[in-house]
Amino acid sequence: MPAPARSTTTSTVTPDNGPVAAVLSRRTYLSKRVRRETFIGWLFVLPALLMYAVFVLVPLLLSILYSFNRWNGVGPMTWVGLKNYLTVFEVPDLLGSIFNAFWLIVWFSFIPVGLGLVTASVINRVATGRFGEIARTVVFLPYIIALVAAGIIWGWLFSLSGLVNQILEAIGLGAITRAWLGDFDWALSAVGIIGIWVLLGFCTVLMSTAISKVDPALYESARIDGSNWFAEFVSITVPLLKQEIGVCLTVTVIFALATFDIVYVSTAGGPGNATSVPGLQIYILAFTQRNIGVASALAVMLMILVVVIIIPIQRLNKETEQ
Amino acid sequence: MKRLIASLLMIIALTTIVSCAAPTPAAPQVVQQTVVVKETVVAPQTVVAPQTVVVPQTVVVQPTAAPTTAGPNCGTGPVVMNAYFETGFQIPFSLTEEFTKQFPNVTFDTKQDQFTNLINATPRLLSGDNPPDLIRLPTFVTFAKDGLLLNLDKYATAFGWDKWPVPLQFARMGTDGIRGSGSLYAAGLNYQLTGVFYNKKLAAQIGMTKPPQTVAEFDDLLAKAKAAGLQPIMEWGSAKSGMGLAFPLQQLMAAYGPVGPINDWIFGKKGATIDTPTNLTAAQHLEQWIKAGYFPQDINAIEYTDAAARFTKGEGVFTFNGDWENANYDKNMAGNVGFFVMPPGVAGGQPAAMSGPLTFGVAAKAKHADCAAFFFNWVATNDKARQILVTIGGSNPGGPAGAKMPSVAAGSVTAETLAGGPVVGANAMDFIANATSSIFAQGWTPELQKMVGGKQDAAGLLKAVQAEYLRELAQ
Repeated sequence: MPAPARSTTTSTVTPDNGPVAAVLSRRTYLSKRVRRETFIGWLFVLPALLMYAVFVLVPLLLSILYSFNRWNGVGPMTWVGLKNYLTVFEVPDLLGSIFNAFWLIVWFSFIPVGLGLVTASVINRVATGRFGEIARTVVFLPYIIALVAAGIIWGWLFSLSGLVNQILEAIGLGAITRAWLGDFDWALSAVGIIGIWVLLGFCTVLMSTAISKVDPALYESARIDGSNWFAEFVSITVPLLKQEIGVCLTVTVIFALATFDIVYVSTAGGPGNATSVPGLQIYILAFTQRNIGVASALAVMLMILVVVIIIPIQRLNKETEQ
Repeated sequence: MKRLIASLLMIIALTTIVSCAAPTPAAPQVVQQTVVVKETVVAPQTVVAPQTVVVPQTVVVQPTAAPTTAGPNCGTGPVVMNAYFETGFQIPFSLTEEFTKQFPNVTFDTKQDQFTNLINATPRLLSGDNPPDLIRLPTFVTFAKDGLLLNLDKYATAFGWDKWPVPLQFARMGTDGIRGSGSLYAAGLNYQLTGVFYNKKLAAQIGMTKPPQTVAEFDDLLAKAKAAGLQPIMEWGSAKSGMGLAFPLQQLMAAYGPVGPINDWIFGKKGATIDTPTNLTAAQHLEQWIKAGYFPQDINAIEYTDAAARFTKGEGVFTFNGDWENANYDKNMAGNVGFFVMPPGVAGGQPAAMSGPLTFGVAAKAKHADCAAFFFNWVATNDKARQILVTIGGSNPGGPAGAKMPSVAAGSVTAETLAGGPVVGANAMDFIANATSSIFAQGWTPELQKMVGGKQDAAGLLKAVQAEYLRELAQ
């Protein structure tokens, strides 16, 4: 019978079913292609992922493991449960060092982010060409200078006979000169200034990139309307850069709370623990006292503290995006 | 996308914090970026009273060829010694060079690192696959306890080190983990001495014709220097170098009380305390010096190298330091620098000083331990080696009784420090900063800095350091 015969043939030749098959076949092709592309994508990511796993994830898990053990880095490990977490509270001046880290958020995060925003905005308005590139490079340079060198340079600048005091004397403020990094009241703020110097470049470059993505028409129309720089900054730049400001804040707040290197190279925690931070305590516990367990416990606690601080910033960022 | 980037950045930063905390045996995580000036910690690591006999006498026969006689030696076949030294400290490099000249079959595969890096890497080096035959070893107790260091007792017996006038108790550790007696775990390449260096021109300016004989006389000189508008004492105090005021404090402790209890405390003997009445008097004396303005006003920010440089440039009549700076002083203020051992509290008393060997050790699994021991013995007995120790190191070479004392340029400060050794005699101390691994970083340095800043008094200083000491011992 023709009908069944037709019906069998129509499955492939009817005008209704033809495209379905084609779509199906294209889907299969696409899905294969997507899968292939995904596979290739993973291949590209794999080297970085491997490095990340070996140098970050594995040590992270090991740190958590160590934090439950008593270990000097060489001998056998002994399981001690949560004891290390209790011992952490015996670390001298632990609360003081945590408070110092919070104070450093002002210097390492709020000021560089604010200044970076202003600097990027100014560069964007007044120096768009080659001069802008040079300005961005100059501001970014401290970020790539080895911190050891930075520590030595700032040690000289802040010393009793250093440039900072010479300038103060020149402008008639000789009465307040002091050895800034050795002064109980000012050492932490002096360390903070080094932090601004290091981080300003990072924030500026991030903000500059973001500003360059803002539709220039917005600035043009604002200027046609007679807006000055400040009005542009408040009405266009800041609102449109909220995401980048969020990213910058997140990174720099983590940097402040987990800081080690800047403090280590400038004051090593002195004078009298006035600039001590948890990162430095972890270092002393792990490498000087060889108490890896307690050091790891403090590191895990510091990580939890950082997460607790960062989550609200992330939430705020998410809400802004929505 | 931005959110993704932000989240990724956060994850990376957070994981980095934790991953930095704990080292895996495979790779050191924290890269150290600065150098704690080695001398402040190195200096008086362990103490030995340098019993120098300055009169040139005879001498131990020097081997001039590869020894083939009985006893530990390097043999005649090719030997490559695996060595780890600290950067910027020339003595071991010069010694190994000379050793290879005399024993061409022995060469040194020398690795070097900054002092703090080397200390932190030491446990991994000792326990690693290629353990060092020779390694600079400022502290040894924990490594010896972990079985990572070679017990040198058999070599001490074989070479007769036990009979040398240089006591070896400071490199010894008992089975209870207390230093001062027991088995030998380290050897000293030379024996350093600390005391007071002075700028001769400035000293003459304040009327100093001879070194002070008592603490009171020293006080008078300091007061005169202050009155003359000079900087009485140049010292360092930055936490980056470790607090240099630990030097004068310990010297004052020894001036007011016996050295025995101080050494007991450093060695970790049961019940030992630093908070004693005589030490309180010493700490109060130091506090008076601080209040009188005898130290630089910016001392809490001065690093070791800066203090040494400022003293050589004429800032400071006196400075408390050790003979490892002799070469620098003799070069940069030739003929203008003198040295005296810290005077006693009362006239006629026995002076005391922090004094100790520059210690080196051998890994328990070292391939050429015999050769290393032979090298130690050669360093203390060979004329050329001893000359290197004095010329380059500026310190007493130790060695057997009657060993020839190398020649020293007349009028050099090295001549004065070498003469200071016998004055101190048995009244030598280890450094109070060596009592526990972080007593310097967590105890002496912050508390003395607070004293400079007027935030700590003498009694509080000793109590705080004792509490930190007990806390660390309990761990």
